[in-house]
Amino acid sequence: MLGEGILKGMAETARNFVGSFVSKERLTTVEYPEERIAAIENARVFPFLVYDTADWEAGLRCVACQICEKECPPKCIFIDKSKDKKPDAIGKQQFYPTRFDIDISVCMSCQICVEVCPFEAIKMDNEFELATDDRFGGLLLDRKQLAKPNEYYHQIHPTEAAAVDARLAEEKAKADAKAKGAADAAAAKAAAVLAAKPEGAGD
Amino acid sequence: MTTTSTAFLREKMEEGWNRPPVIAPEGEGELLEIAMGPHHPSTHGVFRMDLALDGERVVRLKPVFGYLHRNHEKIAEQISYLASMPYTDRLDYICSLTNNWAYALAVEKLTGQEVPERAEYIRVILAEFTRIQNHASAIGFLIQEMGASGTPLMYAFKEREKILDLFETLTGSRMMCNYMRFGGCRVDVSAAWLEEARKVVAGLPRFIDEFENLLSGNEILMARCQGVGILRPELAVNAGITGPMLRGSGVNYDIRKVDHYGIYDRFKFRVPLGDHGDVYDRYMVRILEMRESITILNQALKEIPGGPVMDPKAKIRGFRPKPGEAYGRIEAPKGELGFYLISDGGPNPYRYRVRPPSLVNLTVLEDMCLGSDVADVVLIFGSVDIVLGEVDR
Repeated sequence: MLGEGILKGMAETARNFVGSFVSKERLTTVEYPEERIAAIENARVFPFLVYDTADWEAGLRCVACQICEKECPPKCIFIDKSKDKKPDAIGKQQFYPTRFDIDISVCMSCQICVEVCPFEAIKMDNEFELATDDRFGGLLLDRKQLAKPNEYYHQIHPTEAAAVDARLAEEKAKADAKAKGAADAAAAKAAAVLAAKPEGAGD
Repeated sequence: MTTTSTAFLREKMEEGWNRPPVIAPEGEGELLEIAMGPHHPSTHGVFRMDLALDGERVVRLKPVFGYLHRNHEKIAEQISYLASMPYTDRLDYICSLTNNWAYALAVEKLTGQEVPERAEYIRVILAEFTRIQNHASAIGFLIQEMGASGTPLMYAFKEREKILDLFETLTGSRMMCNYMRFGGCRVDVSAAWLEEARKVVAGLPRFIDEFENLLSGNEILMARCQGVGILRPELAVNAGITGPMLRGSGVNYDIRKVDHYGIYDRFKFRVPLGDHGDVYDRYMVRILEMRESITILNQALKEIPGGPVMDPKAKIRGFRPKPGEAYGRIEAPKGELGFYLISDGGPNPYRYRVRPPSLVNLTVLEDMCLGSDVADVVLIFGSVDIVLGEVDR
């Protein structure tokens, strides 16, 4: 019969139309922004800097090594290294960034900065409702806007943050063990020197 | 179900071969020259076709592109090999994972890097998912150009959303995945992801059945697509056409079977071929390729082994391959996607050339469209299935 294919197609669309009122599977849309689908955990939008303690400046993990600046494909990260040093989480003296700007109008969310950072200092955020009408600098985020606490990182990427914390704790434990070993060796050496000093040498 | 007979098709085919060139009768008026695009809902992006029409019939067609040129090849000469990877996502922006794979393949050929087995399986799984979602959207857009105002397109997108959710869970991004690396993949897949992937694949045959139910027997579709835009196999081979366009004309050439790149020789799958080289054949080839991709996915998801996904000694930063050149190509959903790299020993490539399937497939657009009506030009153009990001780079 001529038109049979068209009728079969229309039966298909009718099935979908009626079905969308009764079955969840056939209703595929949500009324955004009143209704939202839950964000997928791994989703990445723009980077942010992680800080550990309550003070965002002192606890910033970034040591201004500038590797992310070099590897960034569209070159949207701008870092100024400090002249002095401050202690980091393990207690080592490290440089810090006096300026860390990311131009998110250029950033292509490729995540290469996160991949190459040796200090777990920069991670990907998942906030995307960032539209602004300020075209001269509104999308140039500076250090203060980028710094977010570790608790926020745990909130948006729980599995990843747990793994990072485990890695950092392991590193700290190794550094502590090494420092303890060095301290023990130094103490033993000092004791040996004292014992080897001849009696009555210091009159 | 046939509503057109073979004799009718044969007649149309021979008419297409033997049609004399259409010349405007002298002194009876000029040809109507219109520019179709770059702002045009049917041109799949910013693409312009300068048409010279005699009434409704196309006498001359000149494609004009370059509106989306973004200096991809020049930028790649200024940044490192790794930093070019996110730019390859944006070439054929619908199929970012196959672009990544082609580039990774070219660099691995350049350096002789080995890829672990689990990474090869993951690459195949992701590439076949990409093929399915690309063909579904391509058919959806083709039908939209026939005037179906988006219904089949939204059916395709419903399924595509599930695949894109898989991509987002694994790579972090729906379309700009940036996932393959030189020597494997960036992160490992979890067992939960594989389970979710199996569920998606289990739902795909039903989706394709629904899709075909809606479309393949539709009389309007058949009347508009059959016998339209015929591409002769000799012309296709001479012009370097690849992909579903070539197979729609009957030439059995699928790079997965010819090159055996990756681990494709471990999977049993067939290559669908068309008989007539018209728009309907290309549409059917894409539908059948989707079904074959499901077969490959089922096999790969069952056989995926354990192990690392990245060679631990492979360098990410400070990567300087020895001087040399390499050409790596894959069967992208649109055709043969190749990357030609010349290295001079530095951290950036000396020459980085992309062989885009969409650009090469467009060279025969005029031959296919001569003598047909303007409405058919839209369909033929849709059946080539191009993405301007690839054409212009």
